[in-house]
Amino acid sequence: MQGCRSRRCSKVVSYYGLITPPYKLDALEPYMSKRTVELHWGKHHQNYVDGLNKQLATSMFYGYTLEELIKEGYNNGNPLPEYNNAAQVWNHHFFWESMQPESGGSPEGGVLQQIEKDFGSFTNFREEFICSALSLLGSGWVWLVLKREERKLSVVCTRNAISPLALGDIPIMNLDLWEHAYYLDYKDDRRMYVTNFIDHLVSWHTVTLRMMRGEAFVNLGEPNIPVA
Amino acid sequence: MNDVADDESASDAETEENADANGDTVDALESSDPDEVGPVTWIEQQPLPYPSDALEPYISKETVEQHWGIHQHIHVERLNGMIGGSEWEGMSLGQMMLSSFNEGREAPHPPFFHAAQIWNHDFYWRSMQPGGGSKPSERLLKFIKRDFGSYDGMIQQFMDAALTQFGSGWVWLSYKGSKLPHVNSRSPIPSDNYGRLVISKTPNAINPLVWGHSPLLAIDVWEHAYYLDYEDRRADYVSTFLEKLLSWETVESRLKKAVIRAIERDGHVSRKHVRKQLLAQGKSRIRARPQQANENARGQTSSQEKPLGV
Repeated sequence: MQGCRSRRCSKVVSYYGLITPPYKLDALEPYMSKRTVELHWGKHHQNYVDGLNKQLATSMFYGYTLEELIKEGYNNGNPLPEYNNAAQVWNHHFFWESMQPESGGSPEGGVLQQIEKDFGSFTNFREEFICSALSLLGSGWVWLVLKREERKLSVVCTRNAISPLALGDIPIMNLDLWEHAYYLDYKDDRRMYVTNFIDHLVSWHTVTLRMMRGEAFVNLGEPNIPVA
Repeated sequence: MNDVADDESASDAETEENADANGDTVDALESSDPDEVGPVTWIEQQPLPYPSDALEPYISKETVEQHWGIHQHIHVERLNGMIGGSEWEGMSLGQMMLSSFNEGREAPHPPFFHAAQIWNHDFYWRSMQPGGGSKPSERLLKFIKRDFGSYDGMIQQFMDAALTQFGSGWVWLSYKGSKLPHVNSRSPIPSDNYGRLVISKTPNAINPLVWGHSPLLAIDVWEHAYYLDYEDRRADYVSTFLEKLLSWETVESRLKKAVIRAIERDGHVSRKHVRKQLLAQGKSRIRARPQQANENARGQTSSQEKPLGV
């Protein structure tokens, strides 16, 4: 990756780029305005990418994947300078993909079964998600994660840029609770923002795909012991 | 040596003063006199010291009304909902804030967040004035130069702190005395034992009062403070605040009170005083100076001639 020393090859370096959300910037109206997405993706997310690349130019973490950057950079609770930028790049990319226009409602099939198993009912999950989001003080994220140890789905809140990846769990879906994500549209009404997200924006299709991938790492089913 | 009880009551008294020193409207703050408390009396936020459109065009009327009227008000409502029947009932805002901080060793108690945010916002509104900005007075500039190298150096440091505060928080200019909070001792480094100006950034609701500093000015860098007017351009917001809104008169009056408090509380001495003492001890007459009137620095330093004795 650092390039060869021969006079003929020039050094090749690579950095992170900004991935486009899988929908047009105004597609999430009226629940998330075009201006918010333009700013959030075009300025905030872009700044994190630029900041990360600037740090990586002179860092020992050059060449790491984003997931590695998050896990190593978290440094067991004492984050290294590269952590915030890397985690925010990852978190925002995950966020854009967690949404789809005219989505929301409730999931189907295996995901619904798992939610009913771990939360009691979909309504319970929705309530817990909203309450959790409202209980976060300051900036942060609220996640639906698949916990490795407990082998179940769970709602967690994290502060600032902390990621469940760093805590060892598998994220399934997230919501940005930093004020820049909702202030232009909802001002202080965080409840409305979270409600709209869960009712109209969250992409259960993406959640299903992520659960399928997560199941490769966490065994969720009861063991199928054949009766002799 | 004072024992711990003295220290706590001293710091409570100091917070009271600090909380009172926060602008002049003591009446709006909660009174902790038991005779005055009939049913539970509630915390209120201080009224805005100027109309809500007074900070235009730098901070819009909409932002002020949302920020003061709704956002800060939510904290007031939440706090009042929490304190009924609890150990914090009947305390003043400043006392509540300090005691619920839990000395920073563990997570603060639930009322801290709301109490501190109410206090911080009151302080923030009073750090600004319509037609503010411009430069500090000569006296203040002298101390800025002493502690930061130059006025521009201070501005640079302030901007850096504001732009690197990750997540929500505040940036403060404070006067730091020599007494360490929560323990009754001084720093063992002699050069640390003089009051000086410091710039600090704090996350979420923390403020330098809980560290034993005396805040002089605050800027809110939670995104709600600037997002409607500046969107993501925090640097523009902070530099506009410094150039057009900041009230240096308020900073200076807060500094005067802070210095007097530090002298009374810490048994603070100024460098001039120490030098005089050393000279007197050395019995040297070579650089004898006339007695200075500011040695006891108890009176209000209203006269232009009297230095602050920092």
